[in-house]
Amino acid sequence: MTVLIDKNSKIIIQGFTGKMGTFHADEMIKYGSNVVGGVTPGKGGSKHLNLPVFNTVKDAVSETGADASILFVPPAFAADSAMEAADAGIKTCVAIVDGIPSHDMIRIKRYMRRYTKSSKMTLVGPNCAGIISPGKSMLGIMPGHIYKEGRIGIISRSGTLGYEAAQQLKNLNIGVSTSVGIGGDPINGSSFRDIIEKFETDDETDAILMIGEIGGPQEVAAGEFAKENMKKPVVAYIAGLTAPKGRVMGHAGAIVSAYGESAIEKVEILKECGITISKNPSVMGDTVKLVLGKM
Amino acid sequence: MDIHEYQAKKILSDFGVTIPRGGIVYSPENAENKAREIGGSRWVVKAQIHSGARGKAGGIIVCDSPLEVAQATDKLLGKKLVTNQTGPEGKIVNRIYIEEATDIERELYLGLVFDRSSESIMVVASTEGGMSVEEISKEKPETIIRSKIEVAVGMQSFQARELAFGLGIEPDLIRRASETIIGCYKAFSELDATMVEVNPLVISKQKQILALDCKMSFDNNAMFRRNQVSELRDKTQEDSKEVFASDRGLNYVSLDGNIGNIINGAGLAMASMDMIKLAGGSPANFLDVGGGATPEKIVKAFKLVTMDEKVKVILVNIFAGINRCDWVAEGIVEALKKIEVNVPLVIRLAGTNVEKGNQILKESKINYIEANTLEDAANKAVAALKK
Repeated sequence: MTVLIDKNSKIIIQGFTGKMGTFHADEMIKYGSNVVGGVTPGKGGSKHLNLPVFNTVKDAVSETGADASILFVPPAFAADSAMEAADAGIKTCVAIVDGIPSHDMIRIKRYMRRYTKSSKMTLVGPNCAGIISPGKSMLGIMPGHIYKEGRIGIISRSGTLGYEAAQQLKNLNIGVSTSVGIGGDPINGSSFRDIIEKFETDDETDAILMIGEIGGPQEVAAGEFAKENMKKPVVAYIAGLTAPKGRVMGHAGAIVSAYGESAIEKVEILKECGITISKNPSVMGDTVKLVLGKM
Repeated sequence: MDIHEYQAKKILSDFGVTIPRGGIVYSPENAENKAREIGGSRWVVKAQIHSGARGKAGGIIVCDSPLEVAQATDKLLGKKLVTNQTGPEGKIVNRIYIEEATDIERELYLGLVFDRSSESIMVVASTEGGMSVEEISKEKPETIIRSKIEVAVGMQSFQARELAFGLGIEPDLIRRASETIIGCYKAFSELDATMVEVNPLVISKQKQILALDCKMSFDNNAMFRRNQVSELRDKTQEDSKEVFASDRGLNYVSLDGNIGNIINGAGLAMASMDMIKLAGGSPANFLDVGGGATPEKIVKAFKLVTMDEKVKVILVNIFAGINRCDWVAEGIVEALKKIEVNVPLVIRLAGTNVEKGNQILKESKINYIEANTLEDAANKAVAALKK
């Protein structure tokens, strides 16, 4: 099995007929993802990119058996779309969109509490690059060719820094089982801890590279989880050593507002949790290689 | 987005919180009249800047006559106030708030923030008003009480009551105190705030509960549905380069160093800054042109970075995905036709079509230093500085 998606995942695009939706649907299809249709309210019954368009996610699920979706809707409507996906029985949903209000994110997460663990959708993002399981499926906007097939799991808040890591690994001839962009917002669908837990039970993954940054409690929470529960090695890099306190560094969530949220403090805490730290962003690949060598 | 004290107080008052009588003025004459209009015998003249700790910086003056109010206003208007939160360059005072003086019996602290761990709204209160929350947590942590509010149901009366009793408020005032706390909560949740801080929240000798000072910040991502809040933005309180950037869809933070950065993606931008530091340099800015790095954005980014006189070297680091390096390279060449760059320029391209991108840069005859990796880029930028 693969984490979150595999070759058989049936994908629908929410916001299918828009410019972004069209472009990235096409890229995903070219990569080999099993895109089965899309949703644009009011355009149901028509065809787009030779695929059926539906009015609602429920219609799309009942007609195509879709189990994964990706959102290309404007921030103001994104919360609504994510909840619609959860209600229609989608298993994995990626929200690419940047700019969803924090209050809306809290609403989505409270809404999803109505589902039992086994029937609950995994929401990834927002403000992220999505998910890729190289050679199998891509549910995201990343350049697929920089990912080599392999056995490292990547989790990253940043999109381009995640690409940087994949490229460094590829240059060392190391491949990736699945890469998950969890996004740069203060409140997101899946945390580092949520994804790291999935990688621990994934038999296609040997080690995990976690790429964090300043702000928020999630890296530390993942570190503590790893210390107590994980057997697979974890390598981490935390961006933002030079970031000033109290300033938002691009990502809405990249702001140091409490103890334990600066890069230096996170690195110290993660070390104590037994996680191997990549000292700087240019040696993420080398550090993974070193850890693999010790296994 | 931050707003001024007087704007925040107006919002609180709309949500049923009592505030001292007051008014905003822009001139000393105005101030004198406003003092007479407010009435009483003592007034507080308060410089309106986006910063706390104004009192210590001389931005708050207590006056005993309307004439003194005028004089104090004259003294503060147009001045740059430097507080421990503004940085050395300070912030300019363009607006003055005149307020009746309050006879204070007790000063309390009340703050509301997003709690990222529990994904709820956290109310923090303390009996030690007037100190910053950092000082309180360091010096009097035992006085802090917290209440986690479930946003789906909102704040309940009992939660506000517990906080009020916890602050040792006398029984006769509990009801009014609860209404005040709930008013602050409603302002937070109904206006997409990210922080509401009333410090101090006071009990006056006349047994009124008043918000004496208030700071509010809002979620930039929610401003599309909060027109009344977004109108309160005061760009004179923000760094001019940061305003230029935000007006053009760029994420920019001004820093102290001399290596200017143009990078796509917030994480990669922070990582590049870290590499500059490790190479012995210091970044002049954080600048994320967006994952896509379109040619238009790159032109704007060059304009912005060259505006900064501190910048002695420019480092461009683009990891092209769907956007392709050849396209990014054309954007850079185009930008350099429009904008004169008189400092060394280091460019690192990576990702899709990187060879083609580098070839375009080479053939364009632009004057630049090519770098291949993150580390190489940072080292070359720092080396260029030393030449």
